[in-house]
Amino acid sequence: MKVTLKVWRQKDAKTKGAFATYPLDHVSTDMSFLEMLDVLNSSLIQKGEDPIHFDHDCREGICGMCSLYINGRPHGPLQTTVCQLHMRTFHDGETITIEPWRAKAFPVIKDLVVDRSAFDRIQQSGGYVSVNTGGVPDANAIPIPKKIADEAFDAATCIGCGACVAACKNASAMLFVSAKVSQFALLPQGKPERKERVEKMVAQMDAEGFGSCTNTKACEAECPKGISVTNIARMNREYFAASLSSYEVPLKGSGD
Amino acid sequence: MKLDSKIPEGPLAEKWTKHKFNLKLVNPANKRKYEVIVVGTGLAGASAAASLAELGYNVKAFCYQDSPRRAHSIAAQGGINAAKNYRNDGDSVFRLFYDTIKGGDYRAREANVHRLAEVSVDIIDQCVAQGVPFAREYGGLLDNRSFGGAQVSRTFYARGQTGQQLLLGAYSALNRQISNGKVKLYTRTEMLDVVVTDGKARGIITRDMVTGKIESHSAHAVLICTGGYSNVFFLSTSAKGCNVTAAWRAHKKGALFGNPCFTQIHPTCIPVSGDHQSKLTLMSESLRNDGRVWVPKTARPGLKAKDAMNIPEAERDYFLERKYPSFGNLVPRDVASRNAKQACDEGRGVGATGLAVFLDFTDAIKRDGRKTIEAKYGNLFDMYQQITGDNPYEAPMMIFPAVHYTMGGLWVDYNLMTNVPGLYALGEANFSDHGANRLGASALMQGLADGYFVIPYTLGDYLANIGWSDKVGTDHPAFKEALEGVSNRINKLLSIKGKKTVDQFHRELGLTMWEYCGMSRSEEGLKKAKKKIQELRAEFWSNVNVLGSNNELNQELEKAGRVADFLELGELMVDDALNRSESCGGHFREESQTPEGEALRQDDKFAYVAAWEYQGDNQPEVLHKEELVFENVKLTQRSYK
Repeated sequence: MKVTLKVWRQKDAKTKGAFATYPLDHVSTDMSFLEMLDVLNSSLIQKGEDPIHFDHDCREGICGMCSLYINGRPHGPLQTTVCQLHMRTFHDGETITIEPWRAKAFPVIKDLVVDRSAFDRIQQSGGYVSVNTGGVPDANAIPIPKKIADEAFDAATCIGCGACVAACKNASAMLFVSAKVSQFALLPQGKPERKERVEKMVAQMDAEGFGSCTNTKACEAECPKGISVTNIARMNREYFAASLSSYEVPLKGSGD
Repeated sequence: MKLDSKIPEGPLAEKWTKHKFNLKLVNPANKRKYEVIVVGTGLAGASAAASLAELGYNVKAFCYQDSPRRAHSIAAQGGINAAKNYRNDGDSVFRLFYDTIKGGDYRAREANVHRLAEVSVDIIDQCVAQGVPFAREYGGLLDNRSFGGAQVSRTFYARGQTGQQLLLGAYSALNRQISNGKVKLYTRTEMLDVVVTDGKARGIITRDMVTGKIESHSAHAVLICTGGYSNVFFLSTSAKGCNVTAAWRAHKKGALFGNPCFTQIHPTCIPVSGDHQSKLTLMSESLRNDGRVWVPKTARPGLKAKDAMNIPEAERDYFLERKYPSFGNLVPRDVASRNAKQACDEGRGVGATGLAVFLDFTDAIKRDGRKTIEAKYGNLFDMYQQITGDNPYEAPMMIFPAVHYTMGGLWVDYNLMTNVPGLYALGEANFSDHGANRLGASALMQGLADGYFVIPYTLGDYLANIGWSDKVGTDHPAFKEALEGVSNRINKLLSIKGKKTVDQFHRELGLTMWEYCGMSRSEEGLKKAKKKIQELRAEFWSNVNVLGSNNELNQELEKAGRVADFLELGELMVDDALNRSESCGGHFREESQTPEGEALRQDDKFAYVAAWEYQGDNQPEVLHKEELVFENVKLTQRSYK
């Protein structure tokens, strides 16, 4: 098959970008979308043109590195990661528009590569259970109802790709943050720190410049792992409860 | 050079406990005076960085991805073994040890493997405490399953995403230490050299992949946790970015490389669909519990899956069931892979390329109903359909083996230290625990064992012995020299401006490795491969085309540096495979077979670790042997008849 690609090209963070058009012939329907870009890049290099830069790594839908905005949708027309998208999804002669994730908190590094370190900083602000290595109870010491464990697992499958942010008209990161907050709010291991955790993570999310949630559910519709917006509702409850009750016990100074 | 494995004296089960007591401790107040570099943030790297920072050391962690959460440990599906014996089915530390030694075809150290089995139970406790959502039963306790043909159910799992959940657990522990200021994280940063002075590792040279800035980092110790080198084959189940560069640079600075030819080929991968193929996708081998592997009895070129249903039973060859009546479709990975290749070599392969065999669920669906099969394998069937466009409920899957894991790696002693003092290797990057073949669900176990429970003890001993003042600054001439070397190499790559892309070289190398140093190897083929690799390497350095400059994000430049290292590693793998003229585990030498055509080990000649020492560019490497001593297990020949 034959396709025409309209690709966002941007030299670096400071330079203004623009679309470039590339016709591509002999595309096999069995190619993955990224393999199609590999083929294009190889022909660009042969012509002495700078290849298109895009993020990718595992190419099996789990690392969350690939991040292309295709025909106006994050990861393209299917609810998968772009590395799992195949050319058979497109039709012969189609024009395909490829852009980077667009969000203030995800600045473009080059072409289709964006900086998602804001996600890491949110996780660093509280996305953990404070246990050191060693000295923990036996794994079966605390039974967890299967239903709760399964629900925590569903939240924990987030791959941190950022499609939720790219899909949202407000560039909100609520789905991403709520997935981690939910996982730990549900599990007994996360309970001791649940109030501080949600407060810190939300504060960091705001500081990074992500927008607010207006319940359009575009994030859930585009999430390649099907993370549910019920996690956002749970995070809102956690946040509300925390804002009413956390730090009730004043921290004592060392002099007492 | 005398290789000292530093295996402690005493009975097997007491070695680690005694050793831990004998190791020196660093005074808590002095720990903050030490700096440790951790390269790679997968299971081994993230768990090591977090655990060392918790102890009080200052850690610098590096990864080439945009976040530690992307490391390829994340893609492991099946599970993690631990000798918890929660099922009351006869598991024990000794049984896990025994299975691992035997599975590795007696080419691993007893002491290391026993320690691995011992700490396996602590790993599960640790991960649960971090909030890793393992699969549970209705009573609220952890679920287990039998995996990879094991006789006991000792595998803990989180649906088909165990690696993801374990990595995110280690990532969260790492994040906590970053937020505490004890770990400084460098993302999109690649290690390009290690600095050694007075025989000790002193730091590394890195490239910032966004700005191109080359930097020096000094420390008291350097930990290489950068995974395996399957991508030397170009097509493998590894992530595209996985590379050998960090380990190879360490090797060129004096660290020995152990058993480089030991690679694992996984039988159930989705076959190659064309020349555009960029990587291979693995499907969990649990599929072989219910799927039946077959090819037509006589060659039918180009046979499609949907036409397979028309082939009558009498004209099908269920070759694994025929040759191995007692294990059938559940023979180990290497045996299943080799037999699939053999069927295809005979011209009986199926699909457009003829490089595939059927994995058929028709009987299982008839027997158990589609619902049961869907509940067991639904996500795998969906994944298969997504990639191939075929529906495996209606026609058999097509599968073919692919390179999946490398048991070889940097040689380390019992303390996980290479022969270069202060330089350590953890996880898949070292050679130590899996011998010639790794058991399913053991890779995650080893990565986390090394990072959480071994290195925090053994590194302390080294640091206490050298003292915190034994460190060189980045202004030392050795750093300047290494930095210049890295810059020169980059400039050289950019200046060639040849006619072939990096990927073209990589594909050619991969094809050669797969053909001659893949599932089966012969002296004649290996010699051919050695010559081809040498020629390809020479051509690379005169005809590769790397566009752009160093001072920007330049993915072609990154790839070029990695492929240049693969072109050197490939030859060493071939040398190692040539030297080891026995068959063992994943290494099958055609010259060493039983009369039935099975792998024939030669314990009298090859019960040793082959550790190779670098001698300079284009010079043959020198082989050192570490004899393996077996005091607790009897060496037996595997049989799956």
